[in-house]
Amino acid sequence: MSEVVGIVVVSHSPLVAQGTADMVRQMVGDEVPVAFTGGDPAGGLGTSPDAIKTAIETVLGAKGVAVMVDLGGAEMNAEMAIEMLEDDAASRVRICNAPLVEGAVIAATEASGGASLEDVCATAEELSP
Amino acid sequence: MSQALIAALIDAAAATIVANAEELTALDQAIGDGDHGINLKRGFEAVAAERDAFAAADVGDAFAKAGMKLVSTVGGASGPLYGSLLMGIGKALKGGAGLEAAVADGIALVKKRGKSDTGAKTMLDVLVPVLTVLEQTAGAAPAERVAALRQAADEAREATKPMLATRGRASFLGERSIGHYDPGATSTRLLVHAACDVWEAQA
Repeated sequence: MSEVVGIVVVSHSPLVAQGTADMVRQMVGDEVPVAFTGGDPAGGLGTSPDAIKTAIETVLGAKGVAVMVDLGGAEMNAEMAIEMLEDDAASRVRICNAPLVEGAVIAATEASGGASLEDVCATAEELSP
Repeated sequence: MSQALIAALIDAAAATIVANAEELTALDQAIGDGDHGINLKRGFEAVAAERDAFAAADVGDAFAKAGMKLVSTVGGASGPLYGSLLMGIGKALKGGAGLEAAVADGIALVKKRGKSDTGAKTMLDVLVPVLTVLEQTAGAAPAERVAALRQAADEAREATKPMLATRGRASFLGERSIGHYDPGATSTRLLVHAACDVWEAQA
């Protein structure tokens, strides 16, 4: 079980998702577990609840996971993914209402200091207009 | 509801989505992100591919499974939205609800999932008026109900054209969303027609 909040990056574009995760790793370091997913089940632009669920599970520890999403469908599919988790796991996952790239970096920075899931999301959400 | 009816519903739904996928995508390119037709086509083709397995299930399970299949294959917001509609209908049917109550439950889930309601230029602008007609015509002859449902779906879809989008990607366009049909309302109208065609043929 990791001792910091994990970050999941969800974008319609697999390239954006991977690039955002790369920025988090370079700017914040490897101590924060980061997973990313993007693209629809056929490989085009879109998001997949199953893939988001898998990404969450790979970084879910005791302190939970902050999920960063880009646009409407990504948020809805992330909600579906969280509902597919067991209740205990789902209670430790939150979708942050923040810009994807900046939000992911800020959330990971906050997480790296050992902050709670609530504080990680609150800090990222300060970026939202 | 018989296995043959479920199979016919799946076939009709998939056929109309596939036949109109390009038009749906064109509408979505005007005010959305241009993937509505291609996404729904992929989802409904996936449902159609498992038609016999779904049709062999209990009717509530058939709707629920088809909904789950849409959620996991569509890739855009329409997956969770149509998926929620079918899963809500399926769960209610399993619980013994009638058609009208089941559709109402499905629509309630769409509202919850989309955090939206009528007037935002979405699929709900067709679903809700269609439900109203479904409830108002309960007890009438199938032919009469089908005709009223088709008309309601047509008029409701038409009414989305002058609407200002306040939900979904089209809302980013603000007033430029006015004057275009809503893609979700358009696909919902197609599906209502498909269901009516099957209902009419079986009646």
